[in-house]
Amino acid sequence: MFDLTPEEWTAVALTLRIALVATVCATPFGIAIGWVLARKQFWGKALLDGVVHLPLVMPPVVTGYLLLIWFGRKGAVGGFLDHYLGIVLSFRWTGAALACGVMGFPLLVRPVRLALEAVDRKLEDAASTLGANRLTVFFTVTLPLALPGLIAGVILCFARALGEFGATITFVSNIPGETQTISSLIYTFTQIPGGDAAAGRLVLIAVFLAFVALIAAEWLGRRAAARFHGE
Amino acid sequence: MLAVDVEKKLGALQISVHFQVASGATALFGPSGAGKTSVINMIAGLLTPDRGVITVDDAVLFDSDRHIDLPPYRRRIGYVFQEGRLFPHLSVRQNLDYGRRMSGLPRDSSEFDRVTTLLNMAHLLDRRPGNLSGGERQRVAVGRALLMRPRLLLLDEPMASLDIGHKREILPYLVRLRDQAGIPMVYVSHTPAEVRLIATTVVRIDSGKVVATGGVELLDTADNDALA
Repeated sequence: MFDLTPEEWTAVALTLRIALVATVCATPFGIAIGWVLARKQFWGKALLDGVVHLPLVMPPVVTGYLLLIWFGRKGAVGGFLDHYLGIVLSFRWTGAALACGVMGFPLLVRPVRLALEAVDRKLEDAASTLGANRLTVFFTVTLPLALPGLIAGVILCFARALGEFGATITFVSNIPGETQTISSLIYTFTQIPGGDAAAGRLVLIAVFLAFVALIAAEWLGRRAAARFHGE
Repeated sequence: MLAVDVEKKLGALQISVHFQVASGATALFGPSGAGKTSVINMIAGLLTPDRGVITVDDAVLFDSDRHIDLPPYRRRIGYVFQEGRLFPHLSVRQNLDYGRRMSGLPRDSSEFDRVTTLLNMAHLLDRRPGNLSGGERQRVAVGRALLMRPRLLLLDEPMASLDIGHKREILPYLVRLRDQAGIPMVYVSHTPAEVRLIATTVVRIDSGKVVATGGVELLDTADNDALA
């Protein structure tokens, strides 16, 4: 179906890996921040809300540049990670995953927050009278009831990560086999004469992956919603 | 034995309630807005009194002077809410099992069968709350509270949201529950006919105060209305 060169397959596999790792790592944080924004009143809440949403409204290059400054080997966070934990993010695929996770984060948090706000607190009270402590109530009642929103957020974050370009290329560059995703490979092909055919093939793949993600989101969302009505 | 002596200010309503009841079914009876639901929410631990003491048998659930305030999940008090509050994402069987699992009780199929038979819901077990009738939902809510083996069962107008047909359907189960389950019940209602049928003790509450405690004779003839 898709007649790709090994270089192109590498980019496809890398893109999927980066998007998957970004989404899996972002999800627990997304649930935590979504819960805090939905349930807690505190000083600086508007600020936290703003910071979470910044990657959505800032130019991606700016996000990538800030990541480079903070998470590069000389950066405040990056230097610490390198020195004490031996983790290097800049110019590595893990850095690409960080960039994609940050860019997808607002898309994850928003539906999670809305879904948590919509959960009937009275059901949580009922669960607590039945012997469930607060953490158990969260995992057996609150989160399952917010599941459709969580699924929507996770899929949006994953889709965003699949297509991320600006922040990724700024933070981790465009290194074949390490940080060269579908998007950055398409960009590379558009910069060389005769690259149109190869770029076209990758564009098809990108469209295909986006469609699969959307259909999966629709299907999972319906399944989760169907659990609340009928058998 | 349930002993309640609490005070709580809720907006314009000053609740100041003191009563003691032995086993059997106690009705908290009074007009809407008298503070009945707030009183049982305080017993369940969902609402914190400003001051006072709540004990069930020898267990102190709340004591403001001694800074004791057990969270709801440690009180082992079954609560049947007005609107049932079944978990929509769980089957009837999972709803029934929830309290037992959360309270760390071992699986007990004979108890499960006894309760499902008592409340006639063996045929509902694999359904979801979303497609139960109002009466069925309340029976499941009662069963769910019973199966956590509570030391006390609270029922907050469990029939208020039901039409008269479903009320007639569920009432005999509540009477059976009183006679067979052996768990003291506190039943909130503003309907004299219901109280007459179910209660053995009546605590009459008005504007946040206990105005009388006694038997069903407390309901005077003016309270005589149809079971509507």
